[in-house]
Amino acid sequence: MHRVLGDRKAVLILLGPALLVHSLIMLVPMVWSLGYSFTSGNTIEGFTANGLGNFQRLFTDPAVHDALWFTAKYAVVVTVGQVVAGYLLALLYVFFLKRASALVRTLVFFPVVLPTVAVGLLFQKLFQVAPQTGPVNSLLNAVGIDSVDWFGSAGHAFWVLIVMDVWRSMGFYAVLLFAGILDIPEEVLESARLDGASGLRLVRHIVLPMSFPVLLSSLIFSINGTLKAFDSIVALTGGGPGNATTPLTLYMFQTSFTYGDYGYGSTVAMLLTVVCLLVTLVVFRVSRRDLTEG
Amino acid sequence: MAVDSNPKTAGGPGSGGRIPAPSGRPLRRRPGNRPWVALLVALLLVVEVYPLVWMFLTSLKSNSDYLNNSTWSLPTTWEWGNYTEAWTTGNIGLYIQNSLLAVLPALALILLLGTAAGFALQVMVWKGRNLTLLVFLAGMMVPPQMILLPLFTVYFRTGLSGTLWPLILTYTGTGLPLTVFMMATYYKTVPRELFEAATIDGAGILRAFWTISLPMVRNALLTVGLVQFFFVWNDLLIALTFTNNQDLRTIQVGLLNFTGDFGATQYGPLFAAICINVFGTLVIYLFLNQKVMKGLTSGAVKG
Repeated sequence: MHRVLGDRKAVLILLGPALLVHSLIMLVPMVWSLGYSFTSGNTIEGFTANGLGNFQRLFTDPAVHDALWFTAKYAVVVTVGQVVAGYLLALLYVFFLKRASALVRTLVFFPVVLPTVAVGLLFQKLFQVAPQTGPVNSLLNAVGIDSVDWFGSAGHAFWVLIVMDVWRSMGFYAVLLFAGILDIPEEVLESARLDGASGLRLVRHIVLPMSFPVLLSSLIFSINGTLKAFDSIVALTGGGPGNATTPLTLYMFQTSFTYGDYGYGSTVAMLLTVVCLLVTLVVFRVSRRDLTEG
Repeated sequence: MAVDSNPKTAGGPGSGGRIPAPSGRPLRRRPGNRPWVALLVALLLVVEVYPLVWMFLTSLKSNSDYLNNSTWSLPTTWEWGNYTEAWTTGNIGLYIQNSLLAVLPALALILLLGTAAGFALQVMVWKGRNLTLLVFLAGMMVPPQMILLPLFTVYFRTGLSGTLWPLILTYTGTGLPLTVFMMATYYKTVPRELFEAATIDGAGILRAFWTISLPMVRNALLTVGLVQFFFVWNDLLIALTFTNNQDLRTIQVGLLNFTGDFGATQYGPLFAAICINVFGTLVIYLFLNQKVMKGLTSGAVKG
């Protein structure tokens, strides 16, 4: 009977359109973009061959170094922040709130679906110092600390970004990890308790190792997202002050569309892609080793 | 409700039969924990919810109210006019219309093409289907920056720039990989014999796909549709790249440029514009939050 399910014409009709769109919008442009990285110029003024010039520039461009460093710093801190905050919330849901956690889970998840641009502008206003003292600075004033110009220095702007991204997405990781912790068989927890494990020891020796797989997928998902972060940074800081909060994604955009250099922009895009693939590969390698050893 | 929200009774001795939550017995023995937990939860909710409340209240303030009074105060007069101002003078109405015109066709295409492809890859039996699935998956790994510039060239050369088509096409392309993957996963739960039986009854496989399989994955369609809706509706990067014309701006691009176009001093309307943008997702979330949560997190585990 597999003859019907193997009907080639039907496969073509069902799969063809999706595969065609996928090829034209994703696959062909990827290869094309690689080609662009050997040129300079743009669509409107035309392209000229540039050999390996863009790659030489990539290695000596201080802006690339800054953007790469910022991307790494941002990805690591946000990933750790999101996953740790999410894990703590998940523990709170499972062990303290229990059934009552549904409402809290739903409320804390809500910012996940908010448009990033709206959240960025909101946080700009929450942390602003002028023309009006925003809630955060008002709170600082109330406890006797002077207002901070959050977007005036690189260090402060970085932490506002971190706070915003953790605020925005910890509910997501909480739900993801909550499901992972619930999957731990009740008997395992029960017998650990009979052996006298409780509180932190129960978490460290039983819950943490047993929810490791879902912790790992959270980590991979988070690092993949934060390496590609664009919207939230553009909306909150616009990459500033100066280029202090400019990640590779934004630098690629500026190079291409502000300075009209598609060739170099493609080279930066390629660097970003390589970084994403390498990081995913490394996380997979490291985690697999951990799994077999543990 | 009062009983349910009180953690002390929620894990009480009479409720031993509950399934999901492991009962934290050692913790339950120490009621001293409870005020601490309640405080933590209260703080958590304030941190998550208060910014949104503050945003809404501020959207109803006049400029002088906003600038001169404490940030914590309620509006002295409730300026609902800020919303009409944002909608008309601030062009938010037009931007929302553009967003709908770009997002809805893209969403329809993503679901139709993605489901058909998921069916072909999971239910149908042919050589090379695993490889094809991998080809789709490759699209999820690569950052969108990698496809923007060539697509810009194509849209420019074919004269599509200046319409919403670049957005519709690009959203469809970027939305397909995850959709194909999720739909293929859902079809895994439907036994293949069902479709074989249907085709014995004289229905062709294409008809079996349309009349039998689609109703069966109706729930999945809603879930995947919601996930894709949020991705596409909230997108900034693609919209920013392909809307070179002010009249084509989506809500996200329009909001980002709101202060620049409208004068940086119109605070009430700016907050009103942010609220309008948030309001759509709020309504969807209000009614479908469980589906949204399930869909978004399952997309993450598989991706």
